[in-house]
Amino acid sequence: MSTSKESGKMKSIVFEVLRYDPEKGGVPHLQEFTVPLHKGMTVLDGLHWIKEHEDPTLAWRSSCRMGICGSCGMFINGLPRLACTNQITQLHSDRVVIKPLPNYDIIRDLVPDFDRLFDRHRSVKPYLIRRDRIEQNSPTREYFQSAEELQNYIQFAYCIKCGLCLSACPTAATSDDYVGPQALTQGWRYLADTRDEGIEEHSEALYSKHGVYRCHFAGACSQVCPKGVDPAMAIQLAKQAAFLKSLGKCQDRPGAPVTPPIENWVSEKQVPKAPAPTVVRES
Amino acid sequence: MQHRYRNNLGLWGWLGGGRYGFDRYAYALHRLTGLGILAYFLMHIFVTGTRLNGPEAWESAMNFFDNPLFRVGEFLVYLAFLYHAVNGIRLVLVELGLLVGKPGLPSYPYSNSVIRHRPVLVGAMVITAVLVLFAGADFFFLTK
Amino acid sequence: MRESRLWFWHILSAVAILFLLGLHMGIMHMGTVLEALGLGSTHPTATAEVFARSQHLFFMITYIALLGTALFHGLYGFRSILCELSLSQSLQKAIGRLCTVAGFALFLYGTYVAVRVFQMKGV
Repeated sequence: MSTSKESGKMKSIVFEVLRYDPEKGGVPHLQEFTVPLHKGMTVLDGLHWIKEHEDPTLAWRSSCRMGICGSCGMFINGLPRLACTNQITQLHSDRVVIKPLPNYDIIRDLVPDFDRLFDRHRSVKPYLIRRDRIEQNSPTREYFQSAEELQNYIQFAYCIKCGLCLSACPTAATSDDYVGPQALTQGWRYLADTRDEGIEEHSEALYSKHGVYRCHFAGACSQVCPKGVDPAMAIQLAKQAAFLKSLGKCQDRPGAPVTPPIENWVSEKQVPKAPAPTVVRES
Repeated sequence: MQHRYRNNLGLWGWLGGGRYGFDRYAYALHRLTGLGILAYFLMHIFVTGTRLNGPEAWESAMNFFDNPLFRVGEFLVYLAFLYHAVNGIRLVLVELGLLVGKPGLPSYPYSNSVIRHRPVLVGAMVITAVLVLFAGADFFFLTK
Repeated sequence: MRESRLWFWHILSAVAILFLLGLHMGIMHMGTVLEALGLGSTHPTATAEVFARSQHLFFMITYIALLGTALFHGLYGFRSILCELSLSQSLQKAIGRLCTVAGFALFLYGTYVAVRVFQMKGV
């Protein structure tokens, strides 16, 4: 068979995986596995191979296999990356060293505890806040926003909450209080959204003692972001906005209005009726 | 009983740039030079305070510091100042939202503010290097 | 926002320090260049020169300005670093207060020195 021919030439690669058993506690240790390599194999594929052939107790978190869900963030060969979007050959190494994302507690093996990420994310109130709650809950029309205004925040809305930025951030390495690049970016995403009216609500955590001013532009968050969200830029823009505001150079913008009815809107009455059915179903 | 393992990098997260970009090392050095300058500055306030007791007190203080150990220490503070100042100008500009570009729809391969402003970082380091070379020449060879 | 205000002063003091400390370091360490331009000397720490500068109004004012801005910039930076160490809230507050008190005390001491030396006659 062709597969056995290929396996004769097949290269193998050593996986060193950090293991931690929450039942026993103690210090995590690295365990080696030899994994046969095939073309296009991702780090996640390698972990699946280990689980199927070597050790079914190996634990990690993953779901979509295509860089959308943000579940399989791991510390792979010295950088936080998604296991699913990184092919083993692209790591240019015969060893793949996989550890759980740093700056999060380890639940088991490669599974980090994301409570910290989600708690901080909640703290910036990452949702559209409007003064008119009735209109927001039972909308009559959409809020007006131009294509140019969309550009101000669309990049930051691409965040998949994979948590890589927080594990790369030097401030987060020592500070549990730091709001962190992910949440700060999401806070700015809403401040930059013209439809939002919750400037005070988002600003509270954003401009707190442990907010944007604890970022010193080490740039690691933007370097590791798998979606091009660029948290470092969002944080600097948030600082810029606060600075300009303090100089009186910019005012709090009013929330975007509800789109007015479009003139010459084709009413339901003017829409031509569908022709009568040509086939009549017998009951 | 389930145990969580605390996996914060701690101070190594500040100092260890690892495989991250050059910016991360610039960050660590900025922090270290800042602390160094602050320590020197606090001492400097008291040392220059000896002027209160007249020229003799000042001269005896200067004689105390006139040895190779303090001379090298002074030079290190000078270098720390040069780095902190040049890198600081860059940081002020960046932290005021300049030099980071504008947000837009991300398209693959992704670029980011750190990559876009990399030439500024390199430029700042080149300026620092030139100043350091001149400072070394001035400090050890030109000044008698 | 209190933190925003403190940070703005951190940035503004940085710009001020750039000029004030630039001047100070220029005089202290660029002696050869200044001497070539006929603006300074290669012995800026010689007693006579130190006291001559100290008794010049321009230098007294810039010394005090540099002292104030550098203390604020340095101590805010120091507080930033300590804030990032996951210390307890009460300890963080205590550090903030200690930095404020130390900053004011050092500023008063340094200003006293600068003014007294400025007033010394015939040194």
